[in-house]
Amino acid sequence: MTDGERDLLLRMDGICKSFPGVVALDNAWLRVGRGEVHCLVGQNGAGKSTLMKILNGAYRKDRGTITFDGREVDFHKPHEAQEAGISTIYQEINLVPYRSVAENIFMGREPRRFGLINWPRMNREASQVLSRLGIQIDVRQPLMKLNVALQQMVAIARAVSFQAKLVIMDEPTSSLAEHEVATLFEVIRGLKAQGVSVIYISHRLDELHQIGDRITIMRDGQTIEERPLSEISKLEIVAKMLGRELDVVQQAGATGFRKRAAHTDGEPLLEVKHLRRGRVLQDASVSARPGEIVGLAGLLGSGRTEVARAIFGADPVDDGEIRINGQRARFRSPADAIRAGIGFCTEDRKSEGIIPYLSVRENLTLAALPTLARNGIVDRARQREIVDRYVRLLGIKAASAEQKIRELSGGNQQKVLLARWLCLNPKLLLLDEPTRGIDVGAKAEIQKLIDDLADAGLGVLMISSEIEELLEGSDRITVMRDGKTVAEFERDEIDQRALLTAMAHGASAEQAEA
Amino acid sequence: MTARTASQEPTTSGWQQWAAGLLRQQGALIALIAIFLFGVWRYGENFTSEFNLWTLLRNNTYFGLIALGMTFVIMTGGIDLSVGAVVALTAVAAARLSGEGLWVAVAGAIGLGLGVGLINGALIARFRIQPFIVTLATLLAARGGALNLSNNASVSIDFNSNFKDLWRTNVGEVPLPVVITAFAFLLGSIALNLTRFGRHVLAIGGNEEAARLAGLPIARTLVAVYALSGALAGLSGALLAAQGNTGSPIAGIGWELTAIAAVVVGGTLLTGGRGSVWTTLVGVLLLGLIFNELNFERGKGTFELTQYWEEVIRGAFLLLVVILQSRLTRRASASTT
Repeated sequence: MTDGERDLLLRMDGICKSFPGVVALDNAWLRVGRGEVHCLVGQNGAGKSTLMKILNGAYRKDRGTITFDGREVDFHKPHEAQEAGISTIYQEINLVPYRSVAENIFMGREPRRFGLINWPRMNREASQVLSRLGIQIDVRQPLMKLNVALQQMVAIARAVSFQAKLVIMDEPTSSLAEHEVATLFEVIRGLKAQGVSVIYISHRLDELHQIGDRITIMRDGQTIEERPLSEISKLEIVAKMLGRELDVVQQAGATGFRKRAAHTDGEPLLEVKHLRRGRVLQDASVSARPGEIVGLAGLLGSGRTEVARAIFGADPVDDGEIRINGQRARFRSPADAIRAGIGFCTEDRKSEGIIPYLSVRENLTLAALPTLARNGIVDRARQREIVDRYVRLLGIKAASAEQKIRELSGGNQQKVLLARWLCLNPKLLLLDEPTRGIDVGAKAEIQKLIDDLADAGLGVLMISSEIEELLEGSDRITVMRDGKTVAEFERDEIDQRALLTAMAHGASAEQAEA
Repeated sequence: MTARTASQEPTTSGWQQWAAGLLRQQGALIALIAIFLFGVWRYGENFTSEFNLWTLLRNNTYFGLIALGMTFVIMTGGIDLSVGAVVALTAVAAARLSGEGLWVAVAGAIGLGLGVGLINGALIARFRIQPFIVTLATLLAARGGALNLSNNASVSIDFNSNFKDLWRTNVGEVPLPVVITAFAFLLGSIALNLTRFGRHVLAIGGNEEAARLAGLPIARTLVAVYALSGALAGLSGALLAAQGNTGSPIAGIGWELTAIAAVVVGGTLLTGGRGSVWTTLVGVLLLGLIFNELNFERGKGTFELTQYWEEVIRGAFLLLVVILQSRLTRRASASTT
């Protein structure tokens, strides 16, 4: 479809942006028509947020052009974008909970009379803006009295009151219940009817076809595809997001995993049944035997990380059962889980893994500290011995064991974090995206290491977004979607199309696709 | 998802990096030496006399002790505003107990401080309330407790008891308070660097979620840190009572801020996770030395300075050091990312 047929409101071309050490956007582009609901999707780190932050002036672009409403723009500050008619509604609502609804809508440009705030006028106008969105509430009540969905409506009302021509919504439904989503969609349709364009970022695939007109798919900082939503299936969207050609036969040997003998016998080491926690876990079940690598697949927000956190005692659970070696377990804290022989490498190394200013030695032995001290004094000799052994064993490249961990590369940091658990001789390892953000060589090394660990009898639960890693590394794959376990595949029945279908639709919908 | 590495930033010369590193790590020490040498040059033998130097050290022991406790608190990412009031409370308590002898009075003061610290720690760790709020509340309560315990008047110590020896005894050449404080810093350094507790403190301040996921006892460590801070404030209160022969309920006002200043000037990060016990000692000495030299300057009669103006000068100097340090840190972190 050529642009001539569409009345374009926004055109971003050749957008590049680097941060120290990382290229976040590499010639990304985006085109949004007037009165169009444009969906923007991509995995974590695909560049959607960076692209939006460049659009609304939170970041400066390195290169590229942005044309908005017929003229070239380059916003240096968020309020410039706002004045030009671009409003952003974030996942976490950026409003002041203690102030009234009306104050929140007009914050920073309260109507005034004789230098004082004109309350009657502000309340009247706030009511008008909300009722145009089909919302009738008392605008004098504090925002915190409203539920999350209504708070979001207030945020949208604020955006609209700025005469927004384009509203960016960053995962607006992530905290909404089903019926609240319906209300939000009504509001979005109302905006559309007024000629306002919406960029809609979501990882809930089901919503896209309900609300969107067109979709742009991003991956690795690039724009991969743009199409009308009527011309693309959910399965294709997932495949494009993950960078898979649907009908190409998969090449073996793309990872560091080798074909191991499958461990299909033996008593289960870990059994998780019908786990529930709020909205994020609705019915999750997964299991692992000693010596088995179980892949846990699912898109963002599918609940895969939450399962691992629940097993590890990092989050409380509402219902369901966890068994370790047949024994029922409910860990009240990570310390309990660690004592039971479980290790957990988190997805976000920086915020949940490393202690940046401490050395490799201290980071590596952090979880072992309780066992490394005699009368409270850390046994340095044993500590050093452990560190030396694992630095050698895993090939950790650091200037010395005393180097600060923040100075290491991602791959070496990850090895240190793996060693943090390995030196405790665990029975079960939970690995959340063990090779994310790691260069190719180190990636293969870590994958080989995971193989070796399983061979040595460890049970491994491996969460991954990378299809190759899942397909080549796992003895079994459990697929999650919307907080539920929807499918399970044995090694010899795993095939890429089936896996992607399960991730996109849930297993039961497979027939619907055919 | 693949992070491609962008080109490295241009590197500065090795010499510049070395100098910047030295300034960053030992900036306070260099300032301390410079100000000391200035004193030697300007005030001569009066300044370098044994009497002046020992007095200088001894009169900073009570600041040193609370700053030591504050170092641990700040390294966990917290703050303890109650220490100044705890000094007053425990000074009054020590004065009241002084008739029972030195040991009872000192133990009572430390125990009382420890009690306040335990309350701080329990509220912060169990109920997850901001340390700022909790310790502000205990500041008020401890100050009120001091006024109650003293009937709003200074409590004189029992001159027949050996309590006053706490301040006046010398070990060889060295005043006992200086010995006690030096020993406390030595123990503090060992605790920070060699014990599990110290490593937990730094890990919690550096990344609390990572520490929790590594199974570290967060609550227990936080309680211990505030208890330590309270106990050291109690010891500080006992020293203060022995120095002045009285326990005053209005002593120690604003000392928590002096302690925080000493910790920060030394280079410990207010956000936690990074710091050292020795740089705090340097910070305490730096602030004490400035005070001492201002006294000499007044003695020379170069300018008429009221004590209030000295406070202003100390404040300005503090700002100067902190600004310098933050600039150096920023430059250093820009060159390592």
